[in-house]
Amino acid sequence: MHEYALVQSLLRHVETEAQAHNASAVHRLTVRIGPLAGVDRDLFASAYLFCRPGTLCHDAELQLATEDVDWRCGACDAPIPSGAALVCPTCLMPARLAGGDAIVLEQIELEVSSHV
Amino acid sequence: MCDVCGCGDAKVVPREVHARLLEHNDHGAAHNREHFRRHGLVAINLMGSPGAGKTALLEATARRLGGFRRLTALAGDLATERDADRLCAAGIPSSAITTGQACHLDADMVHRALHRVGSPQADYLFIENVGNLVCPAIYDLGQEANVVALSVTEGEDKPLKYPVMFRHTDLVVLTKTDLLPVLDFERAALEDALARVIPEPRLIAVSARSGEGIGAWVEWLEDRRAQRAAAL
Repeated sequence: MHEYALVQSLLRHVETEAQAHNASAVHRLTVRIGPLAGVDRDLFASAYLFCRPGTLCHDAELQLATEDVDWRCGACDAPIPSGAALVCPTCLMPARLAGGDAIVLEQIELEVSSHV
Repeated sequence: MCDVCGCGDAKVVPREVHARLLEHNDHGAAHNREHFRRHGLVAINLMGSPGAGKTALLEATARRLGGFRRLTALAGDLATERDADRLCAAGIPSSAITTGQACHLDADMVHRALHRVGSPQADYLFIENVGNLVCPAIYDLGQEANVVALSVTEGEDKPLKYPVMFRHTDLVVLTKTDLLPVLDFERAALEDALARVIPEPRLIAVSARSGEGIGAWVEWLEDRRAQRAAAL
């Protein structure tokens, strides 16, 4: 249920950006959530619908993007398949996570006056 | 034309943001970490399911380590101060962080608790997280190390089912090993599961009841403390 806390954080980020650009409304948000982020995408989306009334995002569409899990050898950078032991079969070095745990607000579409 | 001043229609513009949603928490965690280090506190974020034996592990830690190190704790729970009360009775001065409906501790909650109770004069601060194998995983509290308590009754496959929690841990403490004679638990299966979700898994098996393995756990804590002291 920490998805609700993350959505609150999302709405704070959006308010800050909107104020910085004198935006009157927000049309769309794009958030990237990786499979190892520890975030349930459906729950995040429903938490967003629950939390957005009364905010600048009240009509804004939420678009959820994803990314692949990317484990790599810490030494030779060779990819290590997800689900396998996290050790490089060649170097015997531990893997490092190079992608797959993002929880990132990527883009906002803001409505701004064409005067500015 | 704009109805108000005639400046033209509003337009929709995309803005690239690339902001991490945990940025605020991580900023608070960095602040906590700096505070802990300045005061010589080794902070351990202890996580695990409800009933995994987190509090019992700390009680056993007090019996082994309490004589020569100063221990203190913050205990997170949805309701009640039972864990904090148990820890106080075991000789670990403790305060409860009652989270209400929140399923995890975050850096701000720890920060506010430290303001409430004052900065601990101690060698170790154990932050006993809310019992939960999901939500606490992604919240940095400013700890020196993450530890997950996993009891033998939970099954060997839990790392595969909860990979995010186990990926963030520095040590898995397998608890309640005194129950092994009545279970079909296979340690090798657990080790295999851990190797698939953690690049460098560390596992220590303990029984808080018999004291078996508590020495190895305390040794691990003391190693972390020595490493931290050497790094400063």
